[in-house]
Amino acid sequence: MTTGTGTVAPGAGGSVDLTPLAGRGSLTWGLLDAWVIAQRNLRHTWRVPDMLVFSIIQPVLFVLLFVYVFGGAINVGPGLNYVDFLMPGVFVQTVIFGAMLTGLGLAEDRQRGLLDRFRSLPMSRSALLAGRTLSDLVRNLFVVLLMLAVGLAIGFRFHHTNLAKVVAGFGILLLFAYAFSWVSATIGMAVSSVEAAQSGGFIWVFPLVFASSAFAPVESMPGWLQPFAENQPVSVVVSAVRALFIGGPLAGDVIASLAWSVGIIAVFGPLSVRFYRRTVSR
Amino acid sequence: MRAVTDTNSRPAVLAEGLRKSYGNAPALVGLDLLVAQGTVHGLLGPNGAGKTTAVRILSTLLRPDGGRAEVLGLDVVRSANALRARIGLAGQYAAVDERLTGLENLVMFGRLYRLPVRRARARAEELLERFDLSDAAGKVVGAYSGGMRRRLDLAASLVIAPRMLFLDEPTTGLDPRSRLAMWEVIGDLVRDGTTVLLTTQYLEEADQLADRISVIDGGRVIAEGTADDLKARVGGHRLDLVIARGGDLAAAAEVLRAAGTGLVDVDHAGWRLSVPVPGARVLAEVIRGLDAADVEIVDVALHRPSLDDVFLTLTGRRAEEEPAGQPGDDATTRDLVTT
Ligand SMILES: Nc1ncnc2c1ncn2[C@@H]1O[C@H](COP(=O)(O)OP(=O)(O)OP(=O)(O)O)[C@@H](O)[C@H]1O
Ligand SMILES: [Mg+2]
Repeated sequence: MTTGTGTVAPGAGGSVDLTPLAGRGSLTWGLLDAWVIAQRNLRHTWRVPDMLVFSIIQPVLFVLLFVYVFGGAINVGPGLNYVDFLMPGVFVQTVIFGAMLTGLGLAEDRQRGLLDRFRSLPMSRSALLAGRTLSDLVRNLFVVLLMLAVGLAIGFRFHHTNLAKVVAGFGILLLFAYAFSWVSATIGMAVSSVEAAQSGGFIWVFPLVFASSAFAPVESMPGWLQPFAENQPVSVVVSAVRALFIGGPLAGDVIASLAWSVGIIAVFGPLSVRFYRRTVSR
Repeated sequence: MRAVTDTNSRPAVLAEGLRKSYGNAPALVGLDLLVAQGTVHGLLGPNGAGKTTAVRILSTLLRPDGGRAEVLGLDVVRSANALRARIGLAGQYAAVDERLTGLENLVMFGRLYRLPVRRARARAEELLERFDLSDAAGKVVGAYSGGMRRRLDLAASLVIAPRMLFLDEPTTGLDPRSRLAMWEVIGDLVRDGTTVLLTTQYLEEADQLADRISVIDGGRVIAEGTADDLKARVGGHRLDLVIARGGDLAAAAEVLRAAGTGLVDVDHAGWRLSVPVPGARVLAEVIRGLDAADVEIVDVALHRPSLDDVFLTLTGRRAEEEPAGQPGDDATTRDLVTT
């Protein structure tokens, strides 16, 4: 145990031994600290579940709209139900929008002055962000499972696949969402207010989500848009998940999805932590 | 004097030439500070003086643009991490999680200070008890009053019983009763050896709590010393006199003019007179003079100048007006006649 870590003032102290734990590596501490933060955020979610409710209602509405309103007009090819085509896209869209709440939560922490408190503690420098992305991942998992239930209820079925592939599909989905959480964290730390995090944090995902193969085949889009819609990361992930859930060629899209996710985390992880270290409340 | 728990004779805070700008706007322009261990040091200044910026730099939240600072012998930039495990900070606005309960807040902070869960919990309960929050321990902080929130915030900054505590305007926004309670808590901490750096806009508060005071304005220290030192800089005392109704005000004023060092302020309606004097010795002379002039004395008193006057003398303007009803807002320090 280390000694002399400021545990001497009897006025502030009491009967509790205040010697901090020692002898763990910084990676272990990083994870432990992040877990404390994640637990706190999950408590918030349960205590004030509006966010959770909204993040479920919105994709459910989407599914119903797309299936029952546009579904008839969208031609997804012979022998394929629109709902089977749609659900992988909806899963991706759902987790991406869910991931965008990461930056909002962080901006709120800053607005409430909590960021200063956390930054004054000897906790790991990345823990507040890592904890937030972690709790958002848990929330996303929960929402995706609910969406799966909704999908199954309106006729979605897995085809030409097996359990391992389905699990891999959800894994790719959630990893991509986790990567987007770090982008959102970076935005949340870079902008100066909750409002800015709210609008600036969402606006850029709309073209990514809608100019993609999530809801309609890329071939149905105008020619100038197709190269982008075909190759941008959301489409790549949708294709990979779709192939894993309802069959189709796999390897290329799966590897590209993993590469995108890892690449995004590698860039935006350190970047967001850098912003975190510099920002102060208010 | 106060118990100094550390044999180390190093100052608790040593800052030299701290500079910090936000964009092009300078907030600190060469701030120097020296705080001895086991003392309370007050940073006194009006809105925008740079108090919060100074506290943020010393508590490792902000990097200075220039100058250097050590807290408990550790450089605030190079040893920031080690320092965070030794200090406590209660910022200008209570920084506790509104959606957690009081207990959950303190346990969380304890764990982030890397206490094992069980001890973090025991410490949290101990602090809640001490700050009179035990009954509200299970309530969500969003439902706390402002005073309760402040106390919880202070408790959070004491989780590891730090030897160095930074308090940024600890009583701003509190009602008089909570303010007095807060003063008591701070007094207790210091009695037991904690070094405290506190900022305040309340002259009264600095006078009450601080062993030494740095008056800051425009991002630097414009005066430093004990409250007494600072008052002495304004020069001597002020003599206030009330004579019997219908007495000879002109004669009384003449006596005061002879004894004083400045203009005599005469309040005809209240039969009051006031004048700056060099020291307590003139009192006898004044009483003899009034006696000789046949003026009947109702009340006579010598006042040392308040920090209000200090601020006025140092900066040429008044500090923020204090809200009415502050504790200590009593006649002895408040009835100064400005001339
Ligand atoms: N984050 C910031 N961005 C830009 N300017 C800032 C920022 N924080 C403070 N300032 C400016 O720096 C100067 C010093 O501010 P600081 O908050 O340190 O003063 P203060 O003495 O704490 O004031 P107050 O009594 O109002 O709390 C002010 O002019 C303020 O407007
Ligand atoms: Mg301030």
